Parts: sequence; structure tokens; C-alpha cells
Amino acid sequence: MEKHAISFTINGVEETREVPSNMTLLTFLREHLNLTGVKSGCDAGECGACTVLMDGEPVNACLVLAAEADGVNIRTVEGLASDGKLDPLQEAFIELTGTQCGFCTPGVLLQARSLLDRNPDPTIDEIKIALRGNLCRCTGYTRIVEAIQVVAQEGG
Amino acid sequence: MADSRDMKTVPSPIGESVHRIDALEKVTGEAVFTDDLQFGPGLLYGRVVRSPHPHALIKRVDVSKALALVGVRAVVTGEECEEHIGLYLKDRYIFCRDRVRFVGDPVVGVVATTDAIAEEACRLVEVDYEVLEPVVNPLRGMDADAPLLHPDLGTYGVVDFIDPKPGTNVANHFKVRKGDLESAWKECEVIVEREFQVPHVQHVPIEPHVAVAQFNRAGKITIWSSSQSPFAQRNLIAEALGISQSDIRVIAPYVGGGFGSKAGVSVEGTAVVMARAVPGQPVKVRLTREEEFFCSFVRQGLIAKTKVGAKANGEILAMKTNYYWDAGAYTEYGVNITRASGYSSTGPYRIPNVETDSYCVYTNHPVGGPMRGFGMPEIHWGIEQIMDIVADELGMDKVEFRLKNCLRSGDANVTGMIMHPIGLTECIEKVKQAIDWGIQEPPSAAHKLRGKGLAIAWKAPAMPPNAGSSAWLRLNEDATVSLGVGGQEIGQGTFTVAAQMAAAALGVPFEWVRISAPVDTKYSPYEWQTVASRLTWSMGNAVVAAAKDARRQILEIVAAHWDEDPEHLDIRDGQVISYRTEEVMPLENMVVYGLPMPDDQGWRGGPIIGHGNFMPSYVTSLSNETGQGKRAVVHYTTGCQAVDLEVDTQTGQITILRVASAFDVGKAINPEQVRVQMEGGIVQGISTALFESLQYEDGFPQASNFTDYRIATSEDMPGEIISIIVEVPQDDGPWGARGVGEHPMIPTAPAIANAVYDAVGIRIFEMPLTAEKVFLAIQDQGAKS
Repeated sequence: MEKHAISFTINGVEETREVPSNMTLLTFLREHLNLTGVKSGCDAGECGACTVLMDGEPVNACLVLAAEADGVNIRTVEGLASDGKLDPLQEAFIELTGTQCGFCTPGVLLQARSLLDRNPDPTIDEIKIALRGNLCRCTGYTRIVEAIQVVAQEGG
Repeated sequence: MADSRDMKTVPSPIGESVHRIDALEKVTGEAVFTDDLQFGPGLLYGRVVRSPHPHALIKRVDVSKALALVGVRAVVTGEECEEHIGLYLKDRYIFCRDRVRFVGDPVVGVVATTDAIAEEACRLVEVDYEVLEPVVNPLRGMDADAPLLHPDLGTYGVVDFIDPKPGTNVANHFKVRKGDLESAWKECEVIVEREFQVPHVQHVPIEPHVAVAQFNRAGKITIWSSSQSPFAQRNLIAEALGISQSDIRVIAPYVGGGFGSKAGVSVEGTAVVMARAVPGQPVKVRLTREEEFFCSFVRQGLIAKTKVGAKANGEILAMKTNYYWDAGAYTEYGVNITRASGYSSTGPYRIPNVETDSYCVYTNHPVGGPMRGFGMPEIHWGIEQIMDIVADELGMDKVEFRLKNCLRSGDANVTGMIMHPIGLTECIEKVKQAIDWGIQEPPSAAHKLRGKGLAIAWKAPAMPPNAGSSAWLRLNEDATVSLGVGGQEIGQGTFTVAAQMAAAALGVPFEWVRISAPVDTKYSPYEWQTVASRLTWSMGNAVVAAAKDARRQILEIVAAHWDEDPEHLDIRDGQVISYRTEEVMPLENMVVYGLPMPDDQGWRGGPIIGHGNFMPSYVTSLSNETGQGKRAVVHYTTGCQAVDLEVDTQTGQITILRVASAFDVGKAINPEQVRVQMEGGIVQGISTALFESLQYEDGFPQASNFTDYRIATSEDMPGEIISIIVEVPQDDGPWGARGVGEHPMIPTAPAIANAVYDAVGIRIFEMPLTAEKVFLAIQDQGAKS
């Protein structure tokens, strides 16, 4: 398998690696960078558990090749807290029980972070639409949506 | 002893909505799930060759080409699986030996150095089958001339409360015979008879099933698995392999959603057999999402034929029910779901004359396993619709009809068990008020119709009479507490609630308690299984016992040190206090190093470790002929739900506007965690009611991805959920608590069906209420104007 040298920023740190052509970003993040907060739920772009941000845009890491990460700024759940301080979304998910089993949570948090960065004052329908590709089987979504609303109201 | 922590008083943090103990780990991505564990370059990958036929005999298996592929380390077949495995009825081999019984049945396991090589090797395995006629419907399975799926049924090991019928496809038959049905019908003013159907559905945990197994050279096994039942797995696998339970170690990290699908033994069995072929190396088996849909447990399908009769005054007099459970190829839990549905077949109603026949019928569908509610969502689909129909025919308000007939404390239920104190009527009254029952509200558009529906529910933990729990509690140098439990955190919040109970019963702040996770059968205390909504009650009792044991030890040491009577001491907020002298002793001063005795008489104490256990002692058997007995179950959790919805008559689409839900949880140890269980259960219930059906055609699965099998997304959540906690204490629950994890799912679907009827005047008897089905019914029957 042909390999590609890629340079990218991962959670604020610059890295250079070689990746085979057929490796997905999901496999690369989990098995080569040990970023296991990124979850694999379907490997088909349908459940959203592997959602990460590429230059701020949410993607299903299972549908992106690692080679496409060249020159890209990637953010995973491991990079959501900064300077020892949780992202307000993380705080709100703790406060309002936005997580139960926790498996969809990393992807949901990044999807929500991307939404609030794009649209700091979303309506409840905009929040629901943003999350519709992130399946959750435990919470019924109620606390997730509420937590995002609270963070938006508090500016961010 | 001045025990301020008895069950009558409620110490902090019982009843307080502390944050989840696992929340920080889960929002930072640090929470470890099984697939996150790193095994290094020695890790091998297992893949399974599965039956492509619903029913066939295996004539020839040739693995030579697969074995020859570079990177393949081992190939295993049914030849290596001589013992049957099964929780209640040992009816399957881990890999099939002579016969396959569903599309997806494991036939051959391939172990290779990479997942890709294992997958490729699977394609090189040759299996010749002699295809047999499949059974794809439980009614057909009951026919005398139906193909027999398990000709050896009579030789399988079985527990004493399951009653298989050798020579048929019936894996269990549970009967109720109560009162005199024939005379009762004659006294009825209204008799309604209907048939209801529930399809197979999938649990759809977002985390797929995954297990890693490793044998060492001495034959001891370690299994890392996403499991609700580490101890049951250890036990069943030990029995199937003929080895000691203590030679199997199951390590179970956080479970990324279970809902029953990760109870018992599923993917772990295949991982163990594959790992046995490559001693010393770990083998990982992880289901693909496609396999997840039809190779792991599914919820059993159900055909329910029900007849209910009531007197003119609204009193229900008689009920006759036949349940035909579509159990699938094997019955890990299905036989007991059949039993539970039988002994709960009346729903939470007081009915003097009852006849029930609940049949667990083998079919060539995937394995019917437990799923949130353990048969209760399926049977309430019919019960709560037929009760609405009876009320309508009597001309009675549906809430009044339920209040008149529902079980109250002290009533004899369907099996003759006298009901413990329950708050069902309070649940009904509160939901009635919350949903503004009886008030017609306008729809949002002219082509939409709006309606309200209500349903009540009950469910008992369905388990062996003697399912037990244990716990230990160890104090560290700084008086933080390590709490050992064997119950598993599957998202339901059990670690948080266990820590609350330990803190309260011992007398330390909640923040001092840490759960000794992951659950590890080598170190953790025994727990039967994380199923049946039983942990808050059962494991909770064990945790409280362990905390009281530690507390007793502490008070005796401090009392000796102060030369006081332990009766006058207490532990509050992490300090021992004397009510007589007002002296204070921080726990950190003595829980590991002990204390010197007065007058230089040496030392007393030692590292404090408390232990406790719990097992119900009062459950009795039921008569095989009548289903009657003194106490069938430990308790029932009861509740009520109502739905306010809109039906779009142009599309058939249902929009859930409001849901009101009330459950009697005995005592809410953590009210917020109770509410989120209600919210999650309601949305899972909505999902099964509106969208979900694992469709099969002649035994072949038609959906194996999220496009063909849709579950509720954020866009499907109701506009509003009103969650109400009712607390009528359970006499043997910790501070009165009983479980509620499964229950909110139970009444959701029938409440929706009843609301659709209220809105459009059309009743649909087959779940789910898809837009297509509703639209066609409106076209066919016309919506009420």
C-alpha cells in the first residue's frame, strides 16, 4: 500500500506522519495517535460517534481518509478542554446529565461545539437539526439539547 | 448504636441529584470502553463465518484454503464445541455443529494477524449446506407438521421453572388458570377480542459488541468484554468448557449502551473458542454494525390474542390471553421472557378470572434476547389498547376505567401474590392532571388532527428467585472510600447511585467515594447480572450492608479509644462524633492505622474493610398448571404515561407534542437520574412505536444499517416531557427504593396508539405506527372529522 506523508495539527499540536492510502482518519486517530475518545459505532457515516472537527467543520472520521488530513487542523474530544479548563459544553453536559453511557458523547460534543462556533445563538430547531446525524440511544436527546441551549444563552 | 442511617431517616446524599460520578470521564473522552484497550502488536483479530441460510444442515466444512492464507493463525469450527451453552435452557453451541438455525448463526471462526486478513480468510471457507424449510412465524412453529428446529430439545439442560416441550418447537409454555372463565363471560356486558403484533426490534447500542479473549498456557482465560453480565458470562462459559469459574476472569469496562443486548453470552463465546486455538495471544472479536443488527440478540416478536370482558359497571371480570413469542433460533432469555409475560399477563389490573397461555416458539429468526422491559413493552402494546377499547364500549372515561380496575396495595394479582404498597393510582392521577386529560386542544394546522392517549404499566424484575448481590467497601489513608461492586455501569447511573448509598450509610461526603471499576470478576464482588432494573434495589442493599459493616468496625475502635459506648457515637461528614462528650475524630486519623487505647494499653483497629450481601429470600414457585403461588416476584414497579400528539392526515406522520410520565420508584435516590431514565425510555419507546421493525422475509434480514432501520434522532424528541416521581416505599429497598430503568419504555407505544385513535379514530394493532401505515389506514378507513 502506498504511503503518504502528512502534516497536520491535532488538538493544537503539529505532527507529521506517514499513512497508507486506504487508512481512514478514524483508524489513524484511534490506533496510531491513541485518541480513543473518538468512537467507532458503524464505520459507515451513519451514527456520528466518530465526529471530529477538520478546520472547525464536523466530519465522520470513518468516511475521511487519513491522507486527507494533510494541512488540516483536527480537533477531537481530547482537545476540547484547554489550559486545564473544560469547554462550557462539557461543563453543561455534567451539570445537566447530557451523558449516560457516554459512547456518543464525544461526537455530540464536537458537533455542538461546531454549531456554536458557526451560530452562537441557535434556535432549538437548529440545534436538533445539527445533531440529527449523531445517534444517541440513552438520553432521548433532551438533556443534550438543553445543555447546548444553556451554553448558547451564556454566550458560548 | 445511635444509627442515624437506618432506613427511616434519609441522610445526605440520598434523594439529592448529585452529578454523575462518571460524567467528567465521559465528557473528556477518557472513559475507557472495551475497544479502547490497547493490547499491543500481539493482538489477533477474530472474524466469524455465518450461516447464509435461515435453516439448514451443515454437510461439509472445508477450511483448508483459509488456513493456507498468510496471516491466518487458526480456524475453529463446531467440532471444537461439544457442550451446549445457555442461561436458562442450554440450547446452542458457540459454533454450530450440525445445523444452522438463523441467518448469522456462527459456523466458523477465523483468527488472523489483522482484521482485513481475517475478513478475507472468511471468504475462503467453504461450507456445504442442505437447506431446510424455515419456520418464520411462531404460529406456524406451533403446527404439528412444522419443521422441528431442535430435535434434541428433550436432552438440553434446563432450570426448573422453564417447561420445554420436546418433540415440538415450544421452548417454554407458561400457564395461568385462575377463577372460572366460562361462567365469568356470561356475566360480562362487554367482551372485546383482538389480536396484536409486535415485530422484532434491535437494541442498537451505539457501541457495537466487542470482546477480547486470551488463554494462558495453563488454560486460564481472561476476557475483556462490553458486558452487562460479567459473572454470568464467567459461569456459563466455565460450564460450557468444563473448567472452574475461578479460572475465567472477565474484565468489563464501561458499556456503551446495553439495553439487554449485552446480557448473557453472545460475542464472548466465539472469542473464547477462537482464543483457545492460539494460547498466549489475545483475540479481539468486534461485531460490525451490519452483524450488530441480526447476529446479536434482538427483541422477540410477539403475536398476542387477547379477550377481555367487563360488567356494565365497568368492573373487569375476565381475561384470556395467548402469547406466541417469536423466540428465534435459541432462547438465551426468551424462555424467561415468556414466563414473565405470563405471570404479568393481565397488566396492572385486578381481574378475578384469568386464563393465559404464553408460548416461547423457536423460529428461524435471530436469537431473541432480553431488551429493556423484558417482554413488558410487547405485552402492554396489546393490553393497554384493549383496555381502551373496552372502556369505549362501556362508554366510560379511560382514566376512570383504569382507576376503577387497577391494582392497589393489598390486592391479589394475577398469580395470587398480594401486592405490596404501590402508588399506581397516584401515578395515574398525576399524569391525568399533567396532560390536561379531557381537554381537547387544537391542532397546529387544518390538515392535522390532535389526540391524547394514556397507558399504565407494571414490571417486576424477572430473574431466578435467588439472584444475589454483594459489595465491599474499603477505606483509604485519607478516608476516601473504595467501593467494590459487581454491577455494571451501562449508562443507567448505577455507579453514582451506589456511591450515594455508600456515602449515606457510612456517613462520609459523596465526593469521597470512588467506584473500584472496571468490574473484574477476579476482584469485584459477585453480582448476578446488570439486568431487570434490579441494581438500585438489590446491589443497593448489598452496598448499604457493606457500609454498615465498616461503620460498626469504626465505631467500636473509636469507642474503645475514647472509652465510650459505641451507642453514643455517630459518623457524620467523615468524622466520628460523640453525642455525649462532643468529641470529634476525623476518619483519616484511624481508618488504616487504628487508634491507641487509653492508658497506654496498646492499639486497636486495622485497615477498615466492610462487606455485605443481599439475596431475596421470599420468592416462591408457581404451580405448573395454574401459575398460582404465594409470591411470584420480588416486587412490581408501576407507572402511567400519557401522550399528546398530532397526526398529519396528508402524510400519516405523527408528531409527539407532549409526554407526561409518572413512576412509583419507592424512593428516588437521585431524582435527576430517575428523570433522565424516564426521558431516555420515552424516546426509545417513541422510536419503537413509530419507526422500528427488523423486517425479515422468509427468514432473511431486510435491514442491517441505520438507513433501512431508522431509530429516533434529535428531531424526533417530544416537544415536552413532564416527568413525575411518585414515592411509595418498598419495604426491602434501600431507603424504600425500587428500580425504574426499563419501565418508562413500557407504556410509551400503547399510549401513542391510544392517542392516534383519539386523534383520527383509527386503531392500528401492529407495531410500529409508521407514517406509511397510518397514511394508508387513513386512506382506507377515513379519518374522523
